[in-house]
Amino acid sequence: MQLEFTEQEQSFRAQVRAFLRERLPQHIRDKVWNGDELTREDYVLWQRRLHERGWGAMGWPVQFGGAGWNAVQQYIFEEESANAGAPRLIPFGIKMVAPVIIAFGNAAQQQRFLPPISAGESWWCQGYSEPGAGSDLASLRTRAVREGDHYLVNGQKTWNTLGQYADWIFCLVRTDPQAKQQSGITFLLIDMKSPGVSVRPIELLDGGHEVNEVWFENVRVPVENRIGEENRGWTYAKFLLGHERTNIAGIGIAKRELARLKRVAAEERKDGRPLIDDPLFAARVASVEIELAALEITNLRVLSAERGSRAPGPEASILKIKGTEIQQAISELLMRAAGAYALPMRREAMEAGWQSDPALPAPGSRYAAKVMSGYLNQRKLSIFGGTNEIQKNIIAKMMGL
Amino acid sequence: MDFEFSDEQRQLHDAVRGFLVKEYSFDRLRAIKRSGTGWDPAVWRGLAELGVPAINVPAPLGGLGYGPLETLSLMDACGPSLLLEPVLSSAVIATALLGAYAGEAPAAELLRAMASGERIATVAHFEPDARFDTRWVRTQARPDGEGYRLDGHKSVVPHAGLADALLVSARTAGEACDSGGVSLFVVPRGTPGLTLDEYATVDGQRAADVYLRSVQLPARNRLGPAGAALPAIEAAFDIGLAALCAEAVGIMQALLDATVEYLRTRQQFGQPIGRFQALQHRVADMVIHLEQARSMSYLASLRCTCADERERRRALSGAKVVVGEAGRFIGQQAVQLHGGMGMTDELKVSHWFKRLTAIGVMFGDSDSHLQRYAALDRSPRV
Repeated sequence: MQLEFTEQEQSFRAQVRAFLRERLPQHIRDKVWNGDELTREDYVLWQRRLHERGWGAMGWPVQFGGAGWNAVQQYIFEEESANAGAPRLIPFGIKMVAPVIIAFGNAAQQQRFLPPISAGESWWCQGYSEPGAGSDLASLRTRAVREGDHYLVNGQKTWNTLGQYADWIFCLVRTDPQAKQQSGITFLLIDMKSPGVSVRPIELLDGGHEVNEVWFENVRVPVENRIGEENRGWTYAKFLLGHERTNIAGIGIAKRELARLKRVAAEERKDGRPLIDDPLFAARVASVEIELAALEITNLRVLSAERGSRAPGPEASILKIKGTEIQQAISELLMRAAGAYALPMRREAMEAGWQSDPALPAPGSRYAAKVMSGYLNQRKLSIFGGTNEIQKNIIAKMMGL
Repeated sequence: MDFEFSDEQRQLHDAVRGFLVKEYSFDRLRAIKRSGTGWDPAVWRGLAELGVPAINVPAPLGGLGYGPLETLSLMDACGPSLLLEPVLSSAVIATALLGAYAGEAPAAELLRAMASGERIATVAHFEPDARFDTRWVRTQARPDGEGYRLDGHKSVVPHAGLADALLVSARTAGEACDSGGVSLFVVPRGTPGLTLDEYATVDGQRAADVYLRSVQLPARNRLGPAGAALPAIEAAFDIGLAALCAEAVGIMQALLDATVEYLRTRQQFGQPIGRFQALQHRVADMVIHLEQARSMSYLASLRCTCADERERRRALSGAKVVVGEAGRFIGQQAVQLHGGMGMTDELKVSHWFKRLTAIGVMFGDSDSHLQRYAALDRSPRV
């Protein structure tokens, strides 16, 4: 037993670090470190830079244009990226639909869809949840009826993340309403520009526009855009959920946000002294930091077991629950650290470079405008990707209950 | 980065576990607890045949000279059996402390006899108002003729009544909270002026408050230079804390397994109570606590001898917080999920719970280690 990474892994980390130093634009780095919102262009620019380096699709096998990285390399990359202030990778193309296309798509689909994902030329989004199908995803009702060489799709998807930027959506649709729930579902790839597709923003509690409803009204989808067989979509969907596991704990991001919390708490004053010296606040920060240290080891244990291709247990659910709880706790402490300046909700202050009236003294610190939205927004973490309660059901089942 | 145990570590674990499953049943444990002696010399001899008292003794003195990871394997194997014998106090902590003075005759003689299991030693360091602050030493050692005269009071010293020798810290200089000025003495059993007020602790182990009144010792019983013993004492307790965390993880795993089994078999409302989601989620929370504790136990063992003090302290205090909270949650919930049966002496659940509760207190509770951890960001010294 030992914690040190192998020599190859360490030299890999050095390569990643050097790449981030040279190629990550300063304006993106600043935005991420300050908690500013990123634009579509920021994400696309970074994806293209990664692609130029041959790292556009890190987890894919080499024969599909991927970098062929193992789980440890991906972990190292994500940790270094988060630390450097790189944008998170939008998972829907690279990490979600691509592995399905690789595993179950035909050669034509692989040639058509994979290269643009890696190159940052096509943006994908997810069409899974529906108003009546959340945790109980298999009860979905969006209907697809076969008509000759295409399907006619009608229905509504929701909680669609960043679909306003997307070129394509991968969807679970019902093709056999008579069959038992899981068996009548088909996996379709739908062009967002198809007539009948409409995207309507959902305004969230933080005022942001991150998720949408997507409506399908008589949308014609060519049969060639179907993955695998009709009515087998649930199998592919489950495979995809298994692929969501990489970096599920968000260790790198949590470390970066913890560092941000400590910076903020060192700037803020209480009784004329840095807030971080307040014994109760310091204990709260230490408590989260210790939980994070433990989760980092837990995550490394899972990676190490995967390297030895040991059968997965309830680890993914543990990582999801604990990782999201930690990120939420950090965002909450950041909000509390800002004191009264957590209260003003000025959307314009979320944009990089925003300045209050230069004639007035700046109210509060630069971060104060963002910490409340951050806190509010992070409440989503324990809800998406399988609620933390669903994850506990999974753990209990694995324990034989 | 890997979390595999070596063949040697696995063998040690399996040998000890196999021995205890055979020789240390729950009935045996209860019988020893009731006997009031606090241990079974036959079990100790059996453990000695497996090399348990020798693991931490340097090889030139007849020991195995193992490190913290072997200790982890050993303690993890001992945990489920709730061994009352002095593995932690003597075989892990006292040997670690004596090992720092292996070049001196009194320590070497003692270590040699301890390796074979023939003699037992324990560290008598903490005092009534110390609350596990290692610097808090008021026991005095005054020069007296050719040697020293010791006066003081040591609190809740584990296995003091069994020990052939107490390793007693005492001030030869300085005030209660100074890092310097603490010296270490070997005090043999039966030394005049040594009084033990013995009792059982909540976990069924034996301990004693130790009173020293004009205890006369020859100079050769002082280990190492005068006034410089605290770093060695702290290093031994660091190894002990990591070992304690490993023991706790072994207990928590056993307690979780027993609880899951109970939920699968106990019927109420016409079904196993494990079908109820409220209880399933409680088990899921126990699993999460256990795995986080296991991770920190590994970290503690990997770092407990690390030369970088900050790294070492972060690992150990962090581990004590996570293991302490996990032990509290898993212990309390195991009793709760066993219902009335969890309250009885008849089930091992209550015995595991009591040992976890004791572990929560030992070497400082979660709150005090949380404060120590937080303080690391402000000052270089805890």
